[in-house]
Amino acid sequence: MFDWVIIGAGVSGALIAQRLSAYPLKLLIIEKENDVACGATKANSALIHAGYDAPFDSLRGRLNAEGNAMYDDLAELLKFPFKRIGSLVLGVGAEDYTALTKLYENGLKLNIPGLKILDQSRIHQMEPNIDPSFEYALYAPTAGITEPWEVAIAACEYAMDQGAKLLLNTEVTEIVKIGEHFIINGAIETKGIINAAGVHADDIYRLIDGEISFAISPRRGEYFLLDKEAGGLVNHILFTCPTYKGKGTIIAPTAHGNIIIGPNSEKVEKDYVNTTFEGLHDVKQNALKMVPNCPLHLNIANFSGVRAEPSTGDFIIEESRIPGFINVAGIKSPGLSAAPAIAKMVESIVSDIHSRRGTALGPMIQTPISRRARLHFSELSEAEKIKAIAQDAKHAHIVCRCEQVTEAEIIDAIHRNAGARTLNGVKRRVRPGAGRCQGGFCGPKVVAILARELGIHRNEVEQERKGSFVLSGGVQDE
Amino acid sequence: MNNKYDVIVVGGGPAGLAAASEAAKNSGVRVALIERDAFLGGILNQCIHTGFGLHHYKEELTGTEYAHRGIMSIEASSVDVYLEAMVMSIDEGHTVTLISQTLGYVKLWGGAIILAMGCRERARGSVIIPGTRPSGIFTAGTAQRYVNIEGDQVGKRVFILGSGDIGLIMARRMTLEGAQVLGVAELMPFSSGLTRNIVQCLEDFDIPLFLSHTVVKIEGETRLEQITIAKVDADYRPISGTEKTFACDTLLLSVGLIPENELSRQMALEMHALTRGPVINNLMQTSMPSVFACGNVAQVHDLVDHVSEEAERAGKHTAIFSKTVVPMLEKAITVETDDAFGMVSPQKLVRFDFENQPLQTAALRLRVKKPYTSAWLVIKSGDVQLMRLRKNHLTPGEMVHIAVDLNAMPLESETIKVYLEV
Ligand SMILES: Cc1cc2nc3c(=O)[nH]c(=O)nc-3n(C[C@H](O)[C@H](O)[C@H](O)COP(=O)(O)OP(=O)(O)OC[C@H]3O[C@@H](n4cnc5c(N)ncnc54)[C@H](O)[C@@H]3O)c2cc1C
Ligand SMILES: Cc1cc2nc3c(=O)[nH]c(=O)nc-3n(C[C@H](O)[C@H](O)[C@H](O)COP(=O)(O)OP(=O)(O)OC[C@H]3O[C@@H](n4cnc5c(N)ncnc54)[C@H](O)[C@@H]3O)c2cc1C
Repeated sequence: MFDWVIIGAGVSGALIAQRLSAYPLKLLIIEKENDVACGATKANSALIHAGYDAPFDSLRGRLNAEGNAMYDDLAELLKFPFKRIGSLVLGVGAEDYTALTKLYENGLKLNIPGLKILDQSRIHQMEPNIDPSFEYALYAPTAGITEPWEVAIAACEYAMDQGAKLLLNTEVTEIVKIGEHFIINGAIETKGIINAAGVHADDIYRLIDGEISFAISPRRGEYFLLDKEAGGLVNHILFTCPTYKGKGTIIAPTAHGNIIIGPNSEKVEKDYVNTTFEGLHDVKQNALKMVPNCPLHLNIANFSGVRAEPSTGDFIIEESRIPGFINVAGIKSPGLSAAPAIAKMVESIVSDIHSRRGTALGPMIQTPISRRARLHFSELSEAEKIKAIAQDAKHAHIVCRCEQVTEAEIIDAIHRNAGARTLNGVKRRVRPGAGRCQGGFCGPKVVAILARELGIHRNEVEQERKGSFVLSGGVQDE
Repeated sequence: MNNKYDVIVVGGGPAGLAAASEAAKNSGVRVALIERDAFLGGILNQCIHTGFGLHHYKEELTGTEYAHRGIMSIEASSVDVYLEAMVMSIDEGHTVTLISQTLGYVKLWGGAIILAMGCRERARGSVIIPGTRPSGIFTAGTAQRYVNIEGDQVGKRVFILGSGDIGLIMARRMTLEGAQVLGVAELMPFSSGLTRNIVQCLEDFDIPLFLSHTVVKIEGETRLEQITIAKVDADYRPISGTEKTFACDTLLLSVGLIPENELSRQMALEMHALTRGPVINNLMQTSMPSVFACGNVAQVHDLVDHVSEEAERAGKHTAIFSKTVVPMLEKAITVETDDAFGMVSPQKLVRFDFENQPLQTAALRLRVKKPYTSAWLVIKSGDVQLMRLRKNHLTPGEMVHIAVDLNAMPLESETIKVYLEV
């Protein structure tokens, strides 16, 4: 019998698990995919928004502001990359100025630190490549960039290090309530459920409550990712005014020095993560309006993610009508930025439920001061590299030439809790294949390492989702 | 261990092999050859087809046989070979840092360096094909590695985008492996591959070639299930209504090669916009005097024979450079081209070698952007015509080779320009 089952191992579910893992609770995370962070968490703009955008009186507004402020400590605890590089909302003309002022005032109500409206000469000094026509910008110094999947992977790993369990490849299709308890898929018994199933949160809730009062409609966003050669194109996260044509498209550096461009916004079916000619064309046009010399020919990958747009317009984070069942639904943008605050809010809902049941949540157990950081060989100094090789000779095998990833890094990524199981799982964790050749060189080598370390046949190695075999030989043929 | 060399060669493909053994022929020249793979031979190790060596050895060899000859001459030489050793950086044009699986973190010093790192394939991102991101999409060279080196099966129903040589070779290879190759789509109205490969790899196997077509959609949630191609207009935009779909589990991309230029960039060598490799002169010297480049790292070649030829030249001149005290002071002539050309190499010409001996001719290699049945190649310095040559059957898949008479260059000229007159 579990105390809490969390459905969905995206950034919401993972950070909730990480927070709850500090208590003596039996926790289980159930994820339908073969890895954590495979939903919206793996395909988004990767921005930790400053928090001036969502209305001050909404849950989104409050949790964005609060979540952003929590990121420094969280990055320290979980050892994921995070940089506060600041953002600029660019504008032209009187209408934009009014819009920027509104954002500024909304931000003030949420106590967003350091907001300023900057003049033309200042913004062109800060961003030499933007279109000369931009006249002013709202500057938010606390906006940051991170690696969203690494946030979720790190949080899962941390929670598992404290004893939480992770069940992959398991789609929740049935939930029954028997007395005070729930039984999931006819087998898993738990006292409480936290539904963090992203675009499927409404489907999950419908399994237990036929009179569900909200719906999630998916909206797709498509992206370009440019080679590191384009690094330095922009120094801050660039947005355009909400009034500006092409609203919503951003240009920003990524945590590893690439440039990310996107998204657009298109209503689609759930899980429809494809890209389209039209969508990419729109993103391209928007990008060129912001940065006319934007080197789109340096594109190395296109991808898309699906936002979980709630019918209520705001995050839905509450204990539902069914006691012991908590919904964390409609976590659209700025869900990544708000995630630490969402997890904190869920912790307090869980605490209230425990008080009500007379089984107090605390006291907290002794937890490590931080997750064991990954060793990124390419970021080490010469002396540290020599030391790393002396400690593990597999650091002398550079598997990925573009990102300079060693075999030892890959093996570690596979054997940690919430470890990599697929080619892309390895890529998200330690970056072989994330560079300009997109795995052309290292792919065969990573396939061999995965097969060896997981004790499976090469032909069983998957690229991404269950069944996405890299090779086509089949195991039986051998 | 003596870490001091006269010449250090980075990359052990055919370019590195030829450059290293040629350099080591000069007595007293100490040469190191560094290769990140476990074997020498470079990309040739996965080329088990024939078509190599007709010019260089006057024999038709497979890629592996060709590589073997180069490896034999290295083994017979005094060259120190470092295998499973990746060069991470080169500082001040002399200090080479490498990470070796057997020796660990190593620094070598070289009087001169030869870059011979080969090239890489352009990936899906460089062509932008909308759709999902299933498994089963490979660059043709990666698939070739899986099939020919690892002994894997990559797919059963195959479509190929791009009619570059590797794609053509793989069309035949996959067919022989028992896969069904459904077709090859090429964006341009002509193929960029060698004519002999079109005939021997497609026509002989009845594999259709769709010119002026591109892949407009990729479908499949896990493994690739289906692709859609469409005809393109003169601006390469897909024409709606011309779509054809193919159920397939594999898509191979043969959409171009780019010199492997991580190290060149890191050293801030001057790069050339057309070759996308470092700017070089006819002695194969880059903008950094102690650094030389040859083979696919300097410019993508279609025949390995030419790689070996220029690499031998690089090896010879580098060896002399490493022993010469006084650096060359002569100002080089810049070679420019008109719009008809997509590539020219070398981009600088000098008239004297490092021993101050006059050079008579320089080999110039050019690639046209589209095919011509007949045209004039004209070289001018300002308005003065220096050379005029008739060429038949020019195609982008086959480089044009010309010998430029260096004695005919006016002494005062700073640039010469190659024009194509139709
Ligand atoms: C295009 C785009 C851009 C964005 N940009 C930003 C940004 O820059 N900054 C920001 O703060 N936010 C951004 N967001 C929002 C942010 O990405 C999301 O709010 C966040 O990732 C949501 O995390 P989640 O854990 O709630 O959902 P998800 O990451 O989608 O996780 C839900 C998980 O539940 C699993 N699941 C679903 N159904 C079941 C089932 N039946 N059984 C078991 N498991 C199930 C899924 O497989 C998935 O792993 C963006 C979103 C998109 C799509
Ligand atoms: C599929 C295919 C078919 C071909 N068909 C023909 C044909 O029929 N006839 C023909 O004549 N030619 C053919 N060629 C062309 C010929 O093989 C190439 O032009 C030739 O191999 C290029 O030689 P290279 O030495 O410049 O590069 P490569 O052969 O690519 O060698 C470069 C070497 O450098 C190493 N290296 C790179 N970076 C580093 C580093 N940092 N540290 C250490 N080592 C490094 C690499 O591992 C590699 O071994 C074909 C090529 C291919 C790919």
